[in-house]
Amino acid sequence: MKVRVCKLDDIPRLGARRYLNGEGNTIAVFRTADDNVFALRDACPHKGGPLSQGIVFGQSVACPLHNWCIDLKSGCATAPDEGAVERFEVCVVDGDVELSLT
Amino acid sequence: MKRDLPGRLRLVVVGNGMAGARVLEELLKLAPDLYDITVFGAEPHPNYNRILLSPVLAGEQTVKDIILNPLEWYAENGIRLHLGKKVATIDRIAREVIAEDGTRQGYDRLLLATGSNPFILPLPGVDLDGVLTYRDIHDTERMIEAAATQRDAVVIGGGLLGLEAANGLQLRGMNVTVVHVMPWLMERQLDRTAANLLQKTLEAKGLSFRLEAHTQALVGDGRVAGVQLKTGEIIPAQLVVMAVGIRPNTELAQAAGLHCNRGIVVNDTMQTFDPRVYAVGECVSHRGIAYGLVAPLFEMAKVCANHLAHYGIGRYGGSLLSTKLKVTGVDLFSAGDFTGGDGTEDIVLADPGAGIYKRLVIKDDKLIGAVMYGDTVDGSWYFKLLREGKSVAQIRDKLMFGESNLGDAGHLGENRAAAMAPEAEVCGCNGVCKGAIVKAIKDKGLFTLEEVRKHTKASSSCGSCTGLVEQILMFTAGGDYSTAPKKKAMCGCTDRTHQDVRDAIRDQELLSIAAVYETLEWRTPNGCASCRPAVNYYLLSTWPHRAKDDPQSRFINERSHANIQKDGTYSVVPRMWGGETNSSELRRIADVVDKYAIKTVKVTGGQRIDLLGVKKEDLPAVWKDLGMPSGHAYAKALRTVKTCVGSEWCRFGTQDSTRMGQELERALWRMQAPHKVKLAVSGCPRNCAESGIKDVGVIGVDSGWEIYVAGNGGIKTEVAQFLCKVKTHEEVLAYSGAFLQLYREEGWYLERTVHFVARVGLEYVKKRVLEDAGGREALWERLQFTLDGEPDAWHEPGRAGVDLRQFDAVGASA
Repeated sequence: MKVRVCKLDDIPRLGARRYLNGEGNTIAVFRTADDNVFALRDACPHKGGPLSQGIVFGQSVACPLHNWCIDLKSGCATAPDEGAVERFEVCVVDGDVELSLT
Repeated sequence: MKRDLPGRLRLVVVGNGMAGARVLEELLKLAPDLYDITVFGAEPHPNYNRILLSPVLAGEQTVKDIILNPLEWYAENGIRLHLGKKVATIDRIAREVIAEDGTRQGYDRLLLATGSNPFILPLPGVDLDGVLTYRDIHDTERMIEAAATQRDAVVIGGGLLGLEAANGLQLRGMNVTVVHVMPWLMERQLDRTAANLLQKTLEAKGLSFRLEAHTQALVGDGRVAGVQLKTGEIIPAQLVVMAVGIRPNTELAQAAGLHCNRGIVVNDTMQTFDPRVYAVGECVSHRGIAYGLVAPLFEMAKVCANHLAHYGIGRYGGSLLSTKLKVTGVDLFSAGDFTGGDGTEDIVLADPGAGIYKRLVIKDDKLIGAVMYGDTVDGSWYFKLLREGKSVAQIRDKLMFGESNLGDAGHLGENRAAAMAPEAEVCGCNGVCKGAIVKAIKDKGLFTLEEVRKHTKASSSCGSCTGLVEQILMFTAGGDYSTAPKKKAMCGCTDRTHQDVRDAIRDQELLSIAAVYETLEWRTPNGCASCRPAVNYYLLSTWPHRAKDDPQSRFINERSHANIQKDGTYSVVPRMWGGETNSSELRRIADVVDKYAIKTVKVTGGQRIDLLGVKKEDLPAVWKDLGMPSGHAYAKALRTVKTCVGSEWCRFGTQDSTRMGQELERALWRMQAPHKVKLAVSGCPRNCAESGIKDVGVIGVDSGWEIYVAGNGGIKTEVAQFLCKVKTHEEVLAYSGAFLQLYREEGWYLERTVHFVARVGLEYVKKRVLEDAGGREALWERLQFTLDGEPDAWHEPGRAGVDLRQFDAVGASA
């Protein structure tokens, strides 16, 4: 199922917005400096920190709680940390950010 | 593969040991595409960790374990590697090297890392079978072979290498005798008392010793059968290992006409007398010293790579050395000059029963040497004091008892790294136990404190366990690994230090993060979570009202103007000037707590009220309903000015501390800084506001106010230092403000005032703030200019550039 999240410009560059899927889950939708978008469950694999609130750089986000770095593309923690967070397909169509929910 | 690209410079490295390979590693980090690289190595192995040959000999590790750069590493980096090829000549006119097998390779830059050769005593019988030196994998393998078939071994030389060889052979089942010409073992690293303790320990392990013993000849027919001493005694031996020292290998350099003097002579940028030719490692002589340990090698490699990469900012100024013996069960540490002599004093602790001996040598109030046996847990701390060359007069009476006795909470109860159980916690901040650190060092082959920090997070937060981590690193990886580099890069995105970046922003008038990254050639497109907030701060503090704030480069607390909590909610702390409030504020706070169902209300140490458990979406409404200014409890900025009630109420009070505190707070609030800033004002020396542990602490006395700076009540309690005494409120504002502006302009990001003052020195602060009246006024004016018109993000979010979209979620149930 595809859902429209918001306009691309509603997400700050090097930032994120929170998307609530209606079932109590929050998905973080990120925008990089070069306008690529990524979506991850808004919970760090370490202690569940809200990744949407972290600092985005390159294709990574640093969790605001304990500074784990998560790769936005794969959802995997950057070595030497280990762990992964669920990721979602997301794309930009005519300026709208569209999320695929399974 | 990126070989032979046209226009690339050709770099040839002669010697594939630790020094040569380390230069390449550093160089590839700085300038991966600058050179077409060729390496010649005389040994048939890829680069390995020569220091760990001793554990291999002792059977604790295998050759495979100690390989540092496998062949794939060379391939991945496009390095042409000639193994088992010895370079025979350098033709400096044609600029090429020629190997023994005729291979020719031209160069634009040549790096000599030919290492050293073991010194062989000119004795009758040195050519007999079974006479070895101890230098490389080949020697080690031959020793292991001999140990399997022979019974008796003699090691000539009771230095570091000799004793490690003896220990290894003994563990492999041989009868080992060490023959040493000096009156005690390891005379270059140990004094007599420590050496005697060491000898006793080794004798208990089964080794025999002949001290002050001169070898006359090696006897035998075909294979060696014994070692004959000058006294006539013959010690039976089917294996003789000579470990009497090393000589820099300068043969090739000398033949090429390069100036050598007990080593290839190099300057501070590691260049030989031919500037196209560099040299690093054990083969060089730098300022008259040839080094034989690994830490200096690494320091040289860094400088050499920096220069090869055309950065040209590194200088090698020589190294101080420390030693640790890699013999399991022996704790020994030595550093610096421990011989004593004129003008030096000794502090000695000896407990022969427990096998503990420590001697510290002090000259002009500075630690210049240390020898320790049995308990070496503070070795790295002493080494640090030694390198820094700071006065130890203040801590002299406690010096002998180690860092943990200086009141450092981070070390409490954990003052014996060696004896610590694997599950014992080392880093309280990140919850890392000793076992995890040891495992990471072993599995990942870590060398430096930085690497351990990156992989385990230990010591990466408050840093109070740094000494302990370094100690574990020494125990695990072998003694002489490099400690924290002297010049520390800001983060992995750059080699620039915080100071480099600050200087560039000011000198080159850089006004945006992008401009900084471009000018200073950042390796990453938009930095990382560590450097971006720092650069953002440097821009704003250097160019107030000109540089534009970038909220996306701020940590979440400063972006959302509240403190994130472990469950993702936030806490809100409204400002109460000088810690004073009233009924209407308290009523509004109570109403907000009810309206937004705030779970916890807590009084803070800084005399404020903390509302905990606020949902992010409620933040703007909470601020509005409170109707109080932001307390900035979330920011690297002025937090609180704590006050006592002062002369208005207190029967002891001599000054109106509450009013003074409020004046300070109103003058300084919204002031951003490298780290949080806390102030206190007490009305009399009883100091109820705890001014003695604040960034700026003010204490009222009959005749005026005393100002103290750079105190800290955090991880390591630091008492503030007396700055000056002034008469009026205006002076308190001007002097405190000037000090804080100096810190804002020159402090490094995340450096508290205590660390800033420790780095620049209180004398410097006094010079800028007390002695230079015009400079003080200018500092104070610059701070007021910065704060002029600065908005309160809670009530003017638009002007403060707060992105209000962050408070709303989007989607189905938003």
